[in-house]
Amino acid sequence: MQWSAPRNDGPSQAAGNTTGNTFIMSDIQYVAPRTLDEAIGAYAAAGSAARILAGGTDLLVQMRSGAVKPGLIVDIKKIGEMTAIEETKDGGFRVGAAVSGMALHDHPRFGKVWPGVLEAINLIGSKQVQGRASAGGNLCNASPAGDSVPALVAAGAVVTVAGPQGRRELKVEEVPAGPGRTNLKPGEIVVAFTLLPRPKGASDAYLRMIPRTEMDIAVVGCGVNLTMKGGVCTDARVGLGAVAPTVLLVEAAAKALIGSKLDEKALEAAARACSAACRPIDDKRGTIVYRTKVAGVLLRRATAIAAKRAQER
Amino acid sequence: MSFSISLIVNGSPCDVELDDPRVTLLDLLRERLQLTGTKKGCDRGQCGACTVIVDGRRINSCLALAVSHDGADLLTIEGVATGDRLHPVQAAFITHDGLQCGFCTPGQIMSAIGLIQEGHAADDPERVREGMSGNLCRCGAYAGITEAVLDATAAMALTDRRRSA
Repeated sequence: MQWSAPRNDGPSQAAGNTTGNTFIMSDIQYVAPRTLDEAIGAYAAAGSAARILAGGTDLLVQMRSGAVKPGLIVDIKKIGEMTAIEETKDGGFRVGAAVSGMALHDHPRFGKVWPGVLEAINLIGSKQVQGRASAGGNLCNASPAGDSVPALVAAGAVVTVAGPQGRRELKVEEVPAGPGRTNLKPGEIVVAFTLLPRPKGASDAYLRMIPRTEMDIAVVGCGVNLTMKGGVCTDARVGLGAVAPTVLLVEAAAKALIGSKLDEKALEAAARACSAACRPIDDKRGTIVYRTKVAGVLLRRATAIAAKRAQER
Repeated sequence: MSFSISLIVNGSPCDVELDDPRVTLLDLLRERLQLTGTKKGCDRGQCGACTVIVDGRRINSCLALAVSHDGADLLTIEGVATGDRLHPVQAAFITHDGLQCGFCTPGQIMSAIGLIQEGHAADDPERVREGMSGNLCRCGAYAGITEAVLDATAAMALTDRRRSA
């Protein structure tokens, strides 16, 4: 078994330097830089053989199955900015890309302001996986069914990435390029998510459909972010997951909600817009017909939850 | 050349030399430190048999690289009892028959201790089942496990109240 621990029965094959945070073996290196610049330098220099390690809950599984054989692992959890949760003075949030789901859950304010984003992130894997897994990793793993992504798309989160050419900002929905692929340039690392301050009467929700109650991959996931004023929806964003090669921002659904009192006519139009946006696969978890229908159902349910939360805020 | 890390394992400092950065915490515990109470089930984060508590949080030790845990504080099943006195969660598992073959039990117990520390289980069986959903039991002892966690939660809350009184 390739993955059992090497025994202490002979001289190590490792060669090269160990300066305290660099470990070189014949076929794999590990670095845990303290600064982002060092991480970018190492990551960019190693080219396509390098992998970023945040929580590792996807990477280790991929390595063990043989799907990924990195020549270099860049552990970004020792970089302060990557694991920090910052509430800005104006009420916005900046969440480091490697912040674990549990760390975000334990933040005293984040879940009150962004309950939908938190519930989505907290659906990634089991509670034990939550102790490690991050939204940054979930985004970069680029699964169409990643739970945190539709909620972050609905939230209008902005992603800060850093690479050899410096920093730039992307919308969350601009990051995935297809299953397992992102639009990040070589050497670029996701650093943080920025969430804007919210007006009073704004809240969000995320729902996913799975055949079980826990521990499964979304058949459809739907994030809804609403701003309500006097019973009228003044702003909305809708993110839809697991129904296309990438997570979708469904602008037509948001448009159907905005200006309405979330009445039956508006909900029906928004649900239809969600179903119309679906380009899903047919697989053992859900057929095309099923996923398309469920997208509309989840839109209605998530909207109802977000609206109730918005009222209470 | 190798890479050295320092850990605290069940309260004792422990220096380890690693000759491969791919060694997981699980393999380190089982193969190097001979702490075989932590079990390897699926080795891919699905079954929870390898659950340990690292710096206060329960994690799957099969999905954690040992090399990235320099300075970490680990609690494994070997470290939860006090001498011959069982941890309240261990005692509750016995009382409620929360096991049959016992292979998943160390992971179940570590996960339960993590869940109780998180403070969300309280007295709601549904929350316990949700909180324990990352631990599979192929013998199907779930009913006993849920009862054991509820019972241990209550027993530990009582002890806490007595201590603070």
